[in-house]
Amino acid sequence: MMDFLTHEWAVELGWILLQILFVIGPLLIAVAYLTLAERRVIGFMQLRKGPNVVGPFGMFQPFADALKLMAKETILPAGANKVVFLFAPMLTFILSLVAWAVIPFGEGLVIADINVGILYLFAVSSLGVYGVIMAGWASNSKYAFLGALRSAAQMVSYEVSMGLVIINVLLCAGSLNLSAIVEAQRDMWFALPLLPMFVVFFISTLAETNRAPFDLPEGESELVAGYFVEYSSMSFALFFLGEYANMILMSSMTVILFLGGWLPPLDIWPLNMIPGPLWFILKIMLVLFVFLWVRATTPRYRYDQLMRLGWKIFLPFSLIYVVLTAGYLLVSGNLPDVSLG
Amino acid sequence: MIEALFFYLFAGVMLASSVMVVVSRNPVYSVLFLILAFFNAAGLFVLIGAEFLAMLLVVVYVGAVAVLFLFVVMMLDINFAEMRAGFQKYLPLGLIVGGILVFELVVAMYGDAFGGKTAPVVSEIANTTRLGGVLYTKYAFLFQLAGLILLVAMIGAISLTLRKRAGVRRQIIAEQNARRPADVLEVIKVPSGKAPAAANTGKAEE
Repeated sequence: MMDFLTHEWAVELGWILLQILFVIGPLLIAVAYLTLAERRVIGFMQLRKGPNVVGPFGMFQPFADALKLMAKETILPAGANKVVFLFAPMLTFILSLVAWAVIPFGEGLVIADINVGILYLFAVSSLGVYGVIMAGWASNSKYAFLGALRSAAQMVSYEVSMGLVIINVLLCAGSLNLSAIVEAQRDMWFALPLLPMFVVFFISTLAETNRAPFDLPEGESELVAGYFVEYSSMSFALFFLGEYANMILMSSMTVILFLGGWLPPLDIWPLNMIPGPLWFILKIMLVLFVFLWVRATTPRYRYDQLMRLGWKIFLPFSLIYVVLTAGYLLVSGNLPDVSLG
Repeated sequence: MIEALFFYLFAGVMLASSVMVVVSRNPVYSVLFLILAFFNAAGLFVLIGAEFLAMLLVVVYVGAVAVLFLFVVMMLDINFAEMRAGFQKYLPLGLIVGGILVFELVVAMYGDAFGGKTAPVVSEIANTTRLGGVLYTKYAFLFQLAGLILLVAMIGAISLTLRKRAGVRRQIIAEQNARRPADVLEVIKVPSGKAPAAANTGKAEE
């Protein structure tokens, strides 16, 4: 039992932990600055300034917020189911971090280069609903519960069309491995031939992350704050961090599937000098900017409109597109070559 | 060695959580333990190199089926005391069903049901590709058949729950978009000095 602690296992374990640290650390800082960017960008779009007092350009605002949240009291509602109540925010936060294990930041720059990377991402993102639904149920409050029910229905609905969009990409790439999917886009990003699917996928990610205009689960005008009404202090902060980390995750998924991951837009001199991970981050930032842009410009959907869009428009549309893509690839002989055993 | 360690971890947690599914007093806990059991089953799949099945288990059962399950269980108004009351009544039946399952498993394990086959050696080719290779060629007919059965089940579920209620106003967006100003708007010239409502009421009275 002791031998694997002293031998190469320990080295390997240490190396993996170091890699995890190198991904999670910058990610959490990115989450902190995403909250600032959101407030500043939306501020400028609405002709306000946004938080600009703490530090230069308000750069220390996220840390001030974090300190404030940590100093607050953790309130456990008397009627709440304590175990599930405290477990829900942890689950949300953990799930938003574990998915980063398979994200390739550059050629070979990935913690776990597994064969079913895209399925893993899809699985983890589909689990996000549990944090929400458990929080809503454990709070023992009708607003939280209604918010959780809405969220569960919403996430399950949009996952279906997301799955079909992913099938489109897989048909073109011929692999479930994320690095292979990026490599398949060397000649052309999938956003061009699959432009309608790119749009559908982006809108579905908005719904999946409960962002405007699909932020019904936390519609403050009707449900106070939705599923996390009863949360305060760090338990609230964990939800908040998880939600923003999920936004970044979904953006990186969009970039990997449609915008060529770490590849430069054109393989020409000044562009291919910039290292791959930098391209990857730049593209993620672009997608995140659109997330904020959408929030600043669109009104919230009504619940029946949301369901109609998911089931009656996106689902049939992406299904038809799967048939079209498969048909085109078959007729033109461009189906990716997959060797069968 | 480390694989054996993980096998016993996954298998142990899975068995323990399966027991908790049955034993828990609160049905919501039962569903949560069921999800934990699914997870550990996925872990076991990964250990034998069936990563595609593992992910499918998580996506389909944990990500979709169990969510709806949890949804329903949370919405139900369950009287815990009443649920416990039936326990002794159903115990013999449960034991019989469990006993039959154990018997079948033992027969399958020690008998000839598996034909002495062990799990196939993990090959170089990703098992997603392997699975697709046989599913869409050798078993294409059965695959289509399974799809048809699911379709029938889906149509059945929809036709059972779909009902037309009178007096419900639904938004039909196509109809709204098809409206033209000419159909719904009327421009009325109002001569100055006269009451503007006169033009409308006069028409209605005719």
